[in-house]
Amino acid sequence: MVSEQDVSHIAELADIGIEAEDLARFTREFNAILDYFDILDQVKSGEPPAPDLVNILREDEPEPSLPLDEVLRNAGESEDGFIKAPKVMQ
Amino acid sequence: MSGAFPATVPEDRYNAFLMVSPDRSHGTGALAGIPVAVKDNISTKGIPTTAGSRILQGYVPPYDAHVVELLRTEGAVIFGKTNMDEFGMGTTTENSGYGPTLNPRDPSRVPGGSSGGSAAAVAAGIVPMALGSDTGGSIRCPSAFCGIVGLKPTYGRVSRYGLIAYSNSLEQIGPMAGNVSDVAKLFGVIAGHDRRDATSQDRPCKHTPDPEIKGLRIGVPKEYFGEGVDPKVADSVRNAIGNLEELGATTVECTIPSMQYALAAYYVTCTSEASSNLARFDGIRYGPAVGTKKSWHEAFQDIRKTGFGTEVRRRILLGTFALSSGYYGKYYAKAQVARGNVRSDFLRIFKDADVIAGPTMPTIAWKFGEKSDPLSMYLSDILTVPANLAGIPAISVPCGTVDRMPVGLQVMGRHFEDERVIDVAYAYERAAKGGSA
Repeated sequence: MVSEQDVSHIAELADIGIEAEDLARFTREFNAILDYFDILDQVKSGEPPAPDLVNILREDEPEPSLPLDEVLRNAGESEDGFIKAPKVMQ
Repeated sequence: MSGAFPATVPEDRYNAFLMVSPDRSHGTGALAGIPVAVKDNISTKGIPTTAGSRILQGYVPPYDAHVVELLRTEGAVIFGKTNMDEFGMGTTTENSGYGPTLNPRDPSRVPGGSSGGSAAAVAAGIVPMALGSDTGGSIRCPSAFCGIVGLKPTYGRVSRYGLIAYSNSLEQIGPMAGNVSDVAKLFGVIAGHDRRDATSQDRPCKHTPDPEIKGLRIGVPKEYFGEGVDPKVADSVRNAIGNLEELGATTVECTIPSMQYALAAYYVTCTSEASSNLARFDGIRYGPAVGTKKSWHEAFQDIRKTGFGTEVRRRILLGTFALSSGYYGKYYAKAQVARGNVRSDFLRIFKDADVIAGPTMPTIAWKFGEKSDPLSMYLSDILTVPANLAGIPAISVPCGTVDRMPVGLQVMGRHFEDERVIDVAYAYERAAKGGSA
């Protein structure tokens, strides 16, 4: 069982924002889903079978990038060709 | 198939489209002049793309997805962008940030999801074909519920470049249309190698559907006809398999023991991948802008609280939890072992069977408001998620009705045998149209 405090903590980690009035419902539904996930306890531990796959690599070659004005058009605020973001440090 | 572009756009009474493009220009090629609708999580240069989310409102991609480049190269008209559950997270299209799509077969019922807009657009006759994407059934479910044909290709056959990522290891873009031949035609255009998707395989498709299925061995897993499956739906599908036997196929009883935990493995995997993928939606580079005067976390949380719907936030929370320290071993690691077991079960069955057949969905389309609890919604994906976990191709083709609503026959095949599942669906469709079904 996870508590409302746990859900609130996860919401904080995920930067998702959660209203106090939604917390009880989210927690109840969360627990119902986690109860269902408990069926995975019946899966024998071990390594997942190795897939018959190989890494696909390519040379890291510079190519023309997207036009700056088209990219900046989608951004909220920009200045001198840079996108503005909120302050990370207070 | 009607190739001509309609003179006027029919009224979108089912809310199938988020936008219809005024640009009807087209070139020459395999799809010359054919209007194709594109699910809104597939990037279209110069055409707004939101993935059904408020957090991408106003976003205009500066580039085309690989599949959209191919559509343009073959002369298709990009008709418009179709409604969907936000980021593909849903089974009914009710989770769209822009209102639900209605089922053209009965507007009081859900169209299925998450590619519900694409399915409704085809079922309503607005376009002959559409692109969808399928992470856990999102092409096949709405195809079954709206009575059209939809293919989830083998993982790797269609490039995901330009698809707004939800769960990279599970999802594929695929064709949806009113009949099997059009699905095959659209698949022939979009399949093939693209170096911009590292999981893309060099497996183009040049295939005309062939209805000859004499000697075909069809695996019939008991789990697809068991608990939770509406007996009337099961009967419809058994009849359809009987029609395939009349055409010369034989059936093989089989079991998929890993089905008992396939759905849990699916939801742990997709929510984990989503929690990472959706971190990019921060309101800084695209979508409604954050207040840059606020602190980072405050700004980030504010925009995500208003921009993401309830189901998206639930899945981000679940995925963040499943990957968090102390729980990773219990959930994510176990889900990956379970996923391997699902794949092994399919590979074992495919030694004695050429394809596997069963219902696409356990029920017909339900009425709006009938299901609201998230877990019961998840459970309705039980018959479609195994193909995504294993990466195998799966098609849904209409096979009769129950209570006047369409039922889908699902045919799954070996990796890279998309052509074979197309052929089986084609054989059934032809026989059914001939009046023997």
